Amino acid sequence: MAHDHDHDHDHSELPEMDLRVRALESLLVEKGYVDPKALDIIVDTYENKVGPQNGAHVVAKAWSDPDYKKWLLEDGSEAIMSLGYSGRQGEHMEVVENTDQVHNMVVCTLCSCYPWSVLGLPPVWYKSAPYRSRAVIDPRGVLSEFGVTVADDKEVRVWDSTAEMRYLVLPQRPAGTDNWSEEQLAALVTRDSMIGTGLALSPDEVSS
Amino acid sequence: MNGPQDMGGLQGFGPVVPEPNEPVFHADWEKKAMALTVAMGFTGTWNIDRSRFARESLGPANYITWSYYKIWFSALEKLIEEHGLATSEEMAGGKSLEAAAPINRVLSAEDTPKVLAKGGPVVRDKAGAPAFKPGDDVCAINIHPTGHTRLPRYLRSRRGVIHKARSAHVYPDTNARGEGEDPQWLYSVRFKATELWGEGANPNDHVHVDCWEPYLERI
Repeated sequence: MAHDHDHDHDHSELPEMDLRVRALESLLVEKGYVDPKALDIIVDTYENKVGPQNGAHVVAKAWSDPDYKKWLLEDGSEAIMSLGYSGRQGEHMEVVENTDQVHNMVVCTLCSCYPWSVLGLPPVWYKSAPYRSRAVIDPRGVLSEFGVTVADDKEVRVWDSTAEMRYLVLPQRPAGTDNWSEEQLAALVTRDSMIGTGLALSPDEVSS
Repeated sequence: MNGPQDMGGLQGFGPVVPEPNEPVFHADWEKKAMALTVAMGFTGTWNIDRSRFARESLGPANYITWSYYKIWFSALEKLIEEHGLATSEEMAGGKSLEAAAPINRVLSAEDTPKVLAKGGPVVRDKAGAPAFKPGDDVCAINIHPTGHTRLPRYLRSRRGVIHKARSAHVYPDTNARGEGEDPQWLYSVRFKATELWGEGANPNDHVHVDCWEPYLERI
């Protein structure tokens, strides 16, 4: 088993959890409730196929194509599905646009709701108590820990995804990218910029 | 339930600490815990709201200190036992001691890609018209149910404005109890940060939350 990664929160639990999960998997397979090959496909899908590159494609297309952007903001689910991204935890999508007046950020205070179809599975910090507790009461403090400063006279708009609506932030397009292709633009779009805890990278940050 | 899952506005958990170059999973058991949760969810023995309630009901100290996949996995064990699919003794030993219970369906490898790509939409048809329209002033009701709800404590008795009227969605409060989907109109409601957190909050800031119609009253 690969235990090479030292993760403080889980470290002491690893042997116990390994045993419990192996035992349950064997039992559920023996009882015929799960197909082990299906489990492998689920893992492979979220480990290797679905991830923030999907969302970056959506954002880069919106930056490049005004008609697509309009559609995306009006009907996020359909516009995202048109690029082939759909499914679990992305059934009902709303895309929220960062502007000079508004900075959006997304949280789920009640669990870990996250737009899997465009961002993949959420990082640990997104599911953690510090983020879930503070994103709504102290969004500017959280943003500053991510290195993002929002001017006092600009609105910070937090989306608490308590229902089955899932949110994707459309970050502002960085300056100095006027003639860039969609592929070049997609390289500027970070996962955090689509959660709202980051900004899109500047051209300098990717060329260095 | 006023449980440990309802974290909005709690204090004292410290800073948010992102992990650089974080892997999707931190151990092999996490992969299996996630995949087993998805595959067992597909059997249709319980719904997503019931599984969220199972995670919320693991005990406050456990919820706060366990990793998220440990929460998922422990809730899965609980659901399996509660629904009579296996006993705790069988789960501990990893060997079947009783005949398998009948289940609605099994996720096959062949169907998995299309099942994942389809997901589980929750928009439903509903007769009649929504009670509220964008711009209406509303107040979140003050309820403290012991069962599952998706109305966070920090919103209760707080006033907001309807930002957007959405479709009718499955109502988690009844669905988690196995009392049916009972679709209700869903709204995006805009709350001022100062209404939620007092005068210390930035007057420009807002929190937008999706609320089902039964969570709201007109003011």
